[in-house]
Amino acid sequence: MNTGTAYPEIVKTADGIPLKVSLARAQRKSKIRGVLLVLPLFAFILLTFFVPIFDMLFRSIENQLVPEVMQNTSKLLVDWNDQSGKLPPEEVFAAAKLDFEKGHAERTILRVGRRLNYEVPGFASLFRKTARRAKDFEPPYQDAFIERDKRWGEIDTWRLIKRESGAFTISYYLAAMDLAYAPDGNVGMRSEKQRIYLKLFWRTLVLSALITFLCLILAYPIAHLLSTLPLRTSNLLMIMVLLPFWTSLLVRTTSWIALLQQEGVINDLLVGLGLLSDDGRLAMIHNATGTIIAMTHILLPFMVLPLYSIMKTIPPSYMRAAKNLGATPAVAFIRVYFPNTVSGIGAGCILVFIISIGYYITPALVGGTDGTLISNFIAYHMSISLNWGLAAALGVILLVIVLMLYYLYDRVVGIDKMKFA
Amino acid sequence: MSLPAYTSTGERIWFYAYRIFCGLVFFFLIAPIIVIIPLSFNAVPFFSFTEEMLRFDPAGYSLRWYNDFFTNPNWQGAVKNSIIIAFFSTILATFLGTVAALGLSRSDMPFKSTIMGLLISPMIVPLIISAAGMYFFYSKVGLQGTFPGVILAHTALGTPFVVITVTATLSGFDQVLVRSAASLGANPTTTFFRIIVPLILPGVISGALFAFITSFDEVVVVLFVGSYEQRTIPWQMFSGIREQISPTILAVATMLVLVSIALLTVLELLRRRAERLRGMTPQ
Repeated sequence: MNTGTAYPEIVKTADGIPLKVSLARAQRKSKIRGVLLVLPLFAFILLTFFVPIFDMLFRSIENQLVPEVMQNTSKLLVDWNDQSGKLPPEEVFAAAKLDFEKGHAERTILRVGRRLNYEVPGFASLFRKTARRAKDFEPPYQDAFIERDKRWGEIDTWRLIKRESGAFTISYYLAAMDLAYAPDGNVGMRSEKQRIYLKLFWRTLVLSALITFLCLILAYPIAHLLSTLPLRTSNLLMIMVLLPFWTSLLVRTTSWIALLQQEGVINDLLVGLGLLSDDGRLAMIHNATGTIIAMTHILLPFMVLPLYSIMKTIPPSYMRAAKNLGATPAVAFIRVYFPNTVSGIGAGCILVFIISIGYYITPALVGGTDGTLISNFIAYHMSISLNWGLAAALGVILLVIVLMLYYLYDRVVGIDKMKFA
Repeated sequence: MSLPAYTSTGERIWFYAYRIFCGLVFFFLIAPIIVIIPLSFNAVPFFSFTEEMLRFDPAGYSLRWYNDFFTNPNWQGAVKNSIIIAFFSTILATFLGTVAALGLSRSDMPFKSTIMGLLISPMIVPLIISAAGMYFFYSKVGLQGTFPGVILAHTALGTPFVVITVTATLSGFDQVLVRSAASLGANPTTTFFRIIVPLILPGVISGALFAFITSFDEVVVVLFVGSYEQRTIPWQMFSGIREQISPTILAVATMLVLVSIALLTVLELLRRRAERLRGMTPQ
């Protein structure tokens, strides 16, 4: 650069403002305009989507109910040493009497009982039983409580109340990972019979991996066929991929029920052909098989489309060149074609895997008991057992897994490359 | 693609095996969708082909499940609700999504990829998690079990599709056109309506179609955020399959397949139009 040249004057616009200032102002204005365009949607998504998700995060740890309803008791329990081997002092029992009485009148104490029942079964009935008579308790209250139910004389009962009387709790996460507090307050694995969720997470991952693998095996050849056929034929065949993609997933699940059930089309066909006896009909639905078949069908287009879009970009001359140089078709495929499709395989596999680990509808309808996934348990705790804290904790764990996978997806393909048919 | 004369027997076998495998996969993809169409004309409440149907005996076929669909208030209510909810959430999602896409595709937009990531996250988060979060929160603010609640939820789920399709259209948009419009004396509003809108319209329409189908097809969120009053077609199908399974569901499914064929055709036509237009744009 020639440093000798100096500009004698600052360049100005027509109205005398230096060009630099004027330009900066115009650019700032344009930037603000852009932000203002994005703002409405951003605010909308924040309110209708992110706030609910954060609410769920909060719900998975919050524990306001216990300290609120048992406010007198929980305040006094702070000073009680639960390792002392002694029951809490008489004031605590007196405070508990007050809380029970008030909670009974306001009908809130039974909710505390149900909440603590998640930790140790039997607390709901203990609370119900105690609440009904609490107003008639006479001092000394300790004896009155123990007379009503001898569990009030056990240190573990009070330990649990003390532990769960803070504003926050990790017990939902412990439950979601099959952990629990032992009566002495240490965290340990639940007993063999009570372990559900680790197995369930594992099953969800295994089934999702299997479905992803099946999708890959089925999708790879047809994506290759679609990308090599002349456009007219491949467009026609593409409809066979896109029609299922665009058809409601409930329609597809319904048709798999019609096909797979005991009295369904496939069993009837096999019996009609004499391959099966009438009482030997295959159980292909309401079990893991049903989930695998139906979900592979539903997710197959999600694998075909990314593979197809990658394969479309591989020039046919690569394979011809490889063969020309003496490679057998198999070697040419393994050394030349396959490595070129790896990014498509990555994209398709992560996408299918992510969709399948959060799948709810199909497993709920065709999964029976051993084909249900983690999402079905989230739904169960939301609408049937009403243990919303546990549902939220399971949801947060699933969300973390999905976000990690998306991070991977973003690394492999880039989220902004996401496209639809 | 026919085989050249010099192919060896091994290659020939491999070639046909590959073709047959592909044929089977295509059959696997399409057969389940085709099979429900004849089943929906079943004269008896079974989910399988009866002997009369296989003999093509007219007595084995009937329109009773279609008749049931058109007379049953449960289904008619579901159709009405589906259309109301999908209509309003499509309008909202298309408006919000298009406006945001216009902002996002400006070259001077700060934190573009982060904002994009946040805006499309409703598409990424598994539906059961969105449904759980919305269920807890919407019941707290009194939106659970109301039409506005379901419409807002579906709008949130639909906007990512609009944002993505419209930004994709805008990325192929030639900014020179805007400058030439301005230099020819058009003010920004005129430029927007006369130049930008006609060019991005195919993207907006296909985004709107995606938003519509997202809402029309969606079942997880509506199961939790909605109630019987807001039952949509998928809601009704889901509870139908769970409770009293009747072939009316097959009749509904057949009609939905026809809807998706129509939709696929519209999208294909839009795609062709966009391709044609792109061919016309000077590069």
